[in-house]
Formats: sequence, structure tokens, C-alpha cells
Amino acid sequence: MLTILLLLIPLFTAIVLIAAGNKLARTIALGGALLELGVAVTAMLMLQQGNASDLLNVNYPWIVSLGISFSFSIDGISMLMVVLSALLLPIIVFSSFNKTYNNAHILYALMMLMMTAMIGVFTTTDGFMFYIMWELSLIPIYFIILVWGGDNRQKITFKFFIYTLFGSLFMLLALIYVYLQIPEASRTFDIQALYQAGRLLSVTEQGLIFAAFFLAFAVKMPIIPFHSWQPATYYTAPTPGVMMLSGIMAKMATYGLIRWVLPMVPAGIAEYGHYGVTLSVISIIYASCISIVQKDFKYLIAYASIAHIGLISAGILSGNIQSIQGSLIEMLSHGINTVGLFIAYDIIYKRTGTSEMNKLGGIRAIDSSFAFMFFIVILSVVALPFTTGFVGEFLLILGLFTSYPIAGSVAGLSIILGVVYMFRSFQKMMLGETSSHILSLPKLDQQEKISLTIIVVLIIGLGVYPKPILDITENAVTTLLEGIK
Amino acid sequence: MEQLVKLIILFPLLSFALIGLLNRRLTKKHTAIFACTGVFLSFVDSLLIFFSQASHHHPVEVKLFEWISAGSFKASFSFLSDPLSSIFLLVITGVGFLIHIFSVGYMKDDDGFRRFFAYLNLFIFFMLILVLGNNFLVMFIGWEGVGFCSYMLIGFWYKDHKNNDAAKKAFVMNRIGDLGFLIAMCLIFVNYHTLDYTQLFAPGYISSIFVDQSTLILITCCLFVGAMGKSAQIPLYTWLPDAMAGPTPVSALIHAATMVTAGIYMVARTNILFSLTPETMQFVAIIGSATALLGASIGLFQNDIKKVLAYSTVSQLGLMFLALGVGAYSAAVFHVVTHAFFKALLFLGSGSVIHAMGGEQDIRHMGGLKKHMPITYKTFLIGTLAISGIPPLAGFFSKDLILAEAFEYNQIYFVIGLLVSMMTAFYMFRLLFLTFHGKFRGTHEQEHHLHESPATMTVPLVILSVFACIAGFIGFPHALGESIGIHNWFDHFLSPVLGATTGKMELGTELILMGLTTAIIVIIILIARNVYIIKETLPANEHAPLPAGKKLIYNKYFVDEFYTAMITKPLDKFSHFLQNTVDHKFIDGIVNGVGKITINAGQTIRLIQSGNIGYYVISIVAAIILMLSLFIF
Repeated sequence: MLTILLLLIPLFTAIVLIAAGNKLARTIALGGALLELGVAVTAMLMLQQGNASDLLNVNYPWIVSLGISFSFSIDGISMLMVVLSALLLPIIVFSSFNKTYNNAHILYALMMLMMTAMIGVFTTTDGFMFYIMWELSLIPIYFIILVWGGDNRQKITFKFFIYTLFGSLFMLLALIYVYLQIPEASRTFDIQALYQAGRLLSVTEQGLIFAAFFLAFAVKMPIIPFHSWQPATYYTAPTPGVMMLSGIMAKMATYGLIRWVLPMVPAGIAEYGHYGVTLSVISIIYASCISIVQKDFKYLIAYASIAHIGLISAGILSGNIQSIQGSLIEMLSHGINTVGLFIAYDIIYKRTGTSEMNKLGGIRAIDSSFAFMFFIVILSVVALPFTTGFVGEFLLILGLFTSYPIAGSVAGLSIILGVVYMFRSFQKMMLGETSSHILSLPKLDQQEKISLTIIVVLIIGLGVYPKPILDITENAVTTLLEGIK
Repeated sequence: MEQLVKLIILFPLLSFALIGLLNRRLTKKHTAIFACTGVFLSFVDSLLIFFSQASHHHPVEVKLFEWISAGSFKASFSFLSDPLSSIFLLVITGVGFLIHIFSVGYMKDDDGFRRFFAYLNLFIFFMLILVLGNNFLVMFIGWEGVGFCSYMLIGFWYKDHKNNDAAKKAFVMNRIGDLGFLIAMCLIFVNYHTLDYTQLFAPGYISSIFVDQSTLILITCCLFVGAMGKSAQIPLYTWLPDAMAGPTPVSALIHAATMVTAGIYMVARTNILFSLTPETMQFVAIIGSATALLGASIGLFQNDIKKVLAYSTVSQLGLMFLALGVGAYSAAVFHVVTHAFFKALLFLGSGSVIHAMGGEQDIRHMGGLKKHMPITYKTFLIGTLAISGIPPLAGFFSKDLILAEAFEYNQIYFVIGLLVSMMTAFYMFRLLFLTFHGKFRGTHEQEHHLHESPATMTVPLVILSVFACIAGFIGFPHALGESIGIHNWFDHFLSPVLGATTGKMELGTELILMGLTTAIIVIIILIARNVYIIKETLPANEHAPLPAGKKLIYNKYFVDEFYTAMITKPLDKFSHFLQNTVDHKFIDGIVNGVGKITINAGQTIRLIQSGNIGYYVISIVAAIILMLSLFIF
């Protein structure tokens, strides 16, 4: 029931937005997003009390002959993803108010549609439904970038669309392969059945299934060398779009890894997982190095994001409780941090018309409260203790180290490189002498202050007391890992 | 007792929050009152904790809340008050409070007055967490937190990128050490399944779990790498001299008295692990003595008053690590305490000088300040005598103890320690003579403005100099003390944590060593006097040609240049290579190439199709076929 609500509220909001037109777009979008957050929080509280299974599970047959059903369910892991999405959506909507978009109602409607599809991805327990929702979520973001994007958007969106679609076809192939292993009479895309069928496969087959899934997810996260669609797409996408994309959508892939791959082909991961770990760790270092020489802040955010996602991916493949708990809280904190970074980017870009770091400087002198809040976000990105970033990265490195000591140590280099590129960019943009064209810029307005304050409060609040978040997922992760053994 | 421990971190946090939130609504005076009161209350609290610790010796655990847990990993936000932490609490809050008072005068005219005190309070907060934490992870909060405050304060005058660069360098180098710390924590957890001190260091716990020696060595080495970063040891020391870009009280508090000694605290805290690995201990002793020599030798040729003190700090920290390496944990901690007094005194004294000189830091442009600033001079003299190790000032006792322990362990370390002490006495008296004696060498305008600093600055100097005189008696030499009935209180107090000091020296040997070193140091001072007072030698200016050896030291052995050439530049080049060649040309080139082929194929087929959607779908299908065929063959 609540799950249905979570799926329908954004959908319904989208319809209302289109029907009501541009005038009320902001109010409706924010209202819808807050309603979604309210329902998500309610669901979370019910889940914690442990008597909500009827309210959180939905199962209707759909295409009976193929064993496809309309089934959704929320356990701790899904819950965290839902909370992450529902928490970020209103912040993204609200922070977009500082800019006027043409046909804003359509933009918000597309964001809402994307939300429905992503909630679907995070909650479904049907393999086919997972694939459908996965692909569905791509269509709105495609149009968001195509219509509201910057220079060169046709070419870039085309590449983005084809590349990610192409990747996910391997996932479909893998799903169908496992599906076909189930005896014909009882064939179903139900997750438990797929788990069972997957585990019966030979190690080599499991390895191939893992490879196919990982390819699809590696494109979406992205992991090098499947990332080349990402920087340009981030650069050209309008801010709300890129926030949806990196804040929430990238986590579909890391979530998918936990939900669909780890339990389905455990033997394959035990045997071949280290290839994925190696690739992810290379990705961390590679993206961190490239971040060091970026000239444009938006590109820097894009590459930094690859570095952080790489750590999440490596952690998940390590498959122990510390690394998976770490990956989950890091997904949340990565969402908060990236949205924070993009808010700061927007604030700077709106005033100066550039995000090229060499052209900026000395902003701190004119607005110290902006500098302060921006810096807190940066501290979380570089994982300073008492920020949410630390909780995730620490558990990830600990878990990764437990399974792969060398990979864990190498991945640890990112805490040094992260400081190099993040502090460098902060210094270039915010510190130093204030040039005259920056001196006259306005300070943060009320709306910008509120958006950033929310981010800062989340970063420090969850960094000092992450227990509620860790508690949401602990049982579900334990269950999942026990199933693998 | 539990309440006391909780309160101690609350005071500076509250005053930080108050100053931070009210900011411009606070007058400078109120800011100063809040900031100083916050630290003063913590100091009173530390005294209470200390006395209760001294009277009953029971360590007290205080758990505030569960912080991070996942599966069997559990780290709570909890504190441990024991003799070791109570000593550090006293130093941090006591010296910290005096430096706060000093700063009120020193920063009086700075626009960033409130910001400054907010950071200073926050620093105290994190430093207290560092020494109070009951597990490695809580120590890590403080560890990184003080690093962050240090970053903010080094780059306090952020309009000048030179300061920002120094701040960034400090943070990055610290982070290199922090990675070592992080890996050490991972190793400890994997092998011992806990990060809690009370569990890990409980009698018999470590010996009950078999961990092979190479892993143990790795653990202690990684911990030590963390200590190297924070406590500026070779090869991670170059950030500390640059850190002098911050306001002088910051140099006194963070970069002399407290934060940089965190590495010593860490090794002392984990002494049980270190004692199991003589190999690592040897390594610590070597790095420590090398750093002590290097710092002291560079100090001989510096002309910036703060740089001399900075290299002196590097060198003294090296001496402390030498002590740790030879197993003299309590001697190292003792030197931390005395060093905190006399080095903070010297830094604040230099601050007072810089204040009077209107920002000038070059000792070649000073001289004769004695008569203009009598209090600063007298206190600075006491500090100089103390650091040189003249009895019965504080530095004498702690340095002598280290030398004696080094002598017991291996006489080479004693010789190194003696050399370091000789150089220390020389460069400190060179500094003192060039600054305060002789004729004034600055501009007329500067001379006109020369004045003794206000009471807010001189009173802390006087108090610190009192401690620099008497603090040594808490650690009276063992053999001599026994013969006249004064026992080494400090050693005894810390023995529950650091273990009892082994092998006591013969009274005769102890007296001979003491007499010998003191005599040598007095001779050195006389030589310095001869050079700088009687002959009035002045250091050469920048461009004067120097003999090769001197040039090498004058340029700090070109270590910074070496790092730039060996690490910074190659990393930059490598990153550019990744970006331009690998990322753009290779990876994206392949992707675009594949894309073009598909599009071309798609366009041919599109002739049959009419709509846009079909065009996409066909391209996709073509791509799948392409990939499938790759898979099959």
C-alpha cells in the first residue's frame, strides 16, 4: 500500500503538473516531493517497528504466462534507497527555484516520472519489472538534458542514451539466461526463484552472468573504461537534471549490484569478483588523478563522482557486512554531497557566468557564510570525520581491506588525492584576492541559504550520529549475506 | 568524574558555536571573553580530573553514544580518562588558555578576530577528543579535526595564496600520514577484532591472539606513518616550517605545544604494540634521530625568527621519537610537557617581537630589542636557557632523561642526542643574541615604534616562563633522586599506562653524563656569545656566495625541490597524460569510433525506416549484434 503510494505520488504529481501548467509548477512539484518524503519517512518508521510487511509488499500477477508480476517490496536496503531518493528530490526541486526554466512544469513532470521509475527500480522484486523500470527511468532524463541542456546537447544526449541502453541490454540477456534455467512449468521472474536458479549455475556461467550485469552497471555508475559518456553529460545537463542523474540515478547501478548480483551468482563473484574490484579501484585512482587537472569545476565534480562511485562498487564486491553497510551509507552521503556541490556550482555560475576555476577567486571575502557551507560540503567529500562522507568511506575501506588488503590500501590513496583536487578547487574559486568583477556580486539569497543549510545539517547530523541510517539496513544486509553463505 | 569528562569537551565546543553563530553581533571584547572562558573552564575541569586521577589511579571510561557499527565492527563515541590522557588534558587546556589570552592582544586589530577565536576553540575541542578517545576511531576524529583546524589557521589570511598553499600542503602531508593510520586501524580490526583501547590493551588480550610478527610490524609501522605526518618527521616534515604562515599564537599552540605532539601521544598510547616489535622501535629511533639532526642543522642557518623555532620544533619532536624508539615512553611524554611550556613561551615571545617590529620576522633587521622590551627579553631568555638544557630549568630534566635512556640503549643515540643539544643551544643563542642584543638594525620608523607588548601578552609570557623554570622537577633524575630522596613523580604517575621504566642507571654514570652535557652546552653558548656579541657577526644576505656545504643546509637540503620534482610534477604530468591521451583520445576515441560505425550502419538501414525512434532501436540492435558476435568468436 505505502509502496504503491511511493510509486504513484510522483506519477500523479507529474500529471497534475502537466495539467496545471507553468504557473503553479513550483508549488506543485515541491508539494509532491514533500508528500513523497512524508510517505517515505512513514514507511521507514513502520519498517523499524517491524510490523509493516502488509503495507510495504505488493504483488499482482501481470503477464502470467511468462511469470512476470507486478511485485514490489521494501526491505531495509530498498528503504534506504527510497529515503535517499525521497530526501534528495525536494532539495533538488527547491534548489532549482533560483533559476527560471522555460516550461518548468514539463521539467518537473519529467523529474517526477523519473522518480517513479527509480522508486520502481529500488523496490521491485520482479526481474523483468526491474529491467522495465531501469529503462523507463532513462527516457525522462534523456528529454531533460535534450531540452534544457547546454551546448552540444543533441550529440551528448544521443551518446549517453545509446551507451546506457546498450549496457543494460547485457543485463536483460543475463536475466533471461537465468530465467531460462528455471524449469518451464514454474518459470517466473520472481527474485527468489532467480536467486535459486542463479546459484545452481556452474561457476563459469555465474561468472559470465556477473560480467554481463557488471557491464550494465559499470556503464551506469560509471566505472572506467565505460565512463566516457558521463563527464560531458554532466557538463551539459541542467543542474536539476544532473542532480537527479548523479545523486539518485547512479545508485540504481550500485543498488542493482547488491540486490540482483551478489545473491544471484555468489560463486561467480567469489571466483571472478576481484576483476570487478580491480577495475573499480583503478577507476578510483584514475578519476582522482584526472580530477586534479580539471580546469572547470563542473567537470571536476563529474570525475570526483566517478572516484567515489568506484569505491562503492569495490566495497559491494567485497561482500562483507562492513563494506556493504559502508556502500549503502556512502550512496546516501554521495547523493547529499553531490547535490551540495551542484548547489554551490549553481550559486557561483549564476553570479559569474563561469565555472572555470582560473577565472574565479576571492569569493570568500564577499560571502563568508557561503564559503563556510561550501567548505563543509567539501569536507564531507574528502571524508573528514563527523561528516557523513567519513562514515561511508571508513566502512568501505575497512570492508574492502578485510577482503582485499592491497585493493583497500590503494583505494585509501583517494583520501589523499581527494584533498588535493577538492582543496585546490576551493582555494582557486573561494580564496585569494577578490577581483573587482567578483566584489560586486550579491550574497546568498534566502532560498539558496536554505538549500545549503539543509545539506550542511544533513552532512554533520548523519556524520555525528549515523546510527539510524545504519540501523535501517543492518538486518536486511545480514539476511542477504547469510543467504549467500 | 564522568560528568567532568563530558563537560571538558563541551566548553570549547559551546564557545565555538556561540562565536560562530553570533559572529558579527558579538563585540571583539565579548568574543574574547567567551573564547577564553570556554578554555579556562576546560582547564579547571582538567585540573579536577587530574587530581582525581592522581589520588585514585582508576581509569574512567565514559561512553556517550554508539557511533559507527556494522556487523562485528563497533565503535562508540567514548572517552577514557587515565594518567596519560589527564597529563595531555592539562597541557592542552593550560597552555591553550594562556595562548588564548595572548591572542587577545596579538590579534586585537585583525578583521578576522572572531573567526580566529572560533577556530582556536574548535581546535581545543578536537585536540581534547584526540587525547580522550577510548578507541582509535575517536582518536581519528580528533586527529583529522585538529588537522582541519590547522588548515584553517595556517591559511587564516586567505587573501594571500602563499598562506593557502602552505595550509594545503600541511593538510595533504597530514593526510598521507592519516592513510597510514587508517590502514593500521584496518589491520588492528582484522587481527584483533576491536579498536577499543580498554579491550585491546587489557592485560593478556594481545597475547591471547596469535598474530604473526610481520603483521605486527606492519601495524606499528603504519601507526608510525600516521605519527610522522602529524608530528612532522622525515619524510613528512616539510609542511611544518611552511605552517608558520599562520598567526604566531597558532604556531605556538598548534605547531609547537599540542597538535604536533599528537604523534608522540599515539605511540605512547599504543606502547604495548610497539614494545612487541623491536624492529619498528629501531626504525622509530632512526627516523627520530635523523629528524632531530636535520631540523637542528637547518635551524643553524635560518634568519626568520619563526622558521628557526619551527625547525627547532621539528628537531625536538625528533628527539621525542628517539626517546620512544629506545623505549623511554615516559621520558618522551615528559619532554612533550616541558617542550610545550618553553616552546610556547618562545613562540609567543617571537610573536611579541614581531608585534613590536610591525610584522618584521627577519632577525638580520632586529637587534638590541632588550632595552625596548625587557619582559619579552627576560622570558625569552628563560625559554632559551630551558630549551638549551641548562639546569635546573625544565628542558634540562627532560632532555637529560632522554639522553640517559639513549645512553643505556645504544651509545650512538646518546652521541646523536648530544649533537642535537649542542646545535640547539647554538641556534637558540644565535637567535637570542641577534634579536635582543647589539644594535638595532631595522629602519628608523620601526625603531620609533618599538614598544613592550601589552599585559595580555606579557602576562602569559611570565606565567609560561615560571613553568619553563620549575616544571622539570616533576621528573627528577632516577639515581640522583633516589640518593637524595626525591622520586620521579612523573614516571610513577604514568607507569600504569606506560609501564615502569626499566634499568636504572648507576648514580655515578648519571652524574657524569649530566655534568658532561651541561659543560659542553655551556661552552657552546660561550662560543655563540663570542661570535654574535663580541665579534658582532651577522648572517650573510640571500645573494652572498656560500660554500657548498653551507649552501646545502641554508637551502634546507633542497628537500622541497626534490619532492616537487619527484612527486608533484610527475603526478601532474601523469594526470594530464590520463586526461588527454588515455581518456580523450583512447577510451573516448574507441567509444566514438564504435558509435560512428553503428550510426553509419543505422543510417543505411534508416532509409527503409521513417521515424526517429526506429533509428535508435536499429542502432541498438546493431550494437547488440556487434557485441554478440564479439562474444561468440
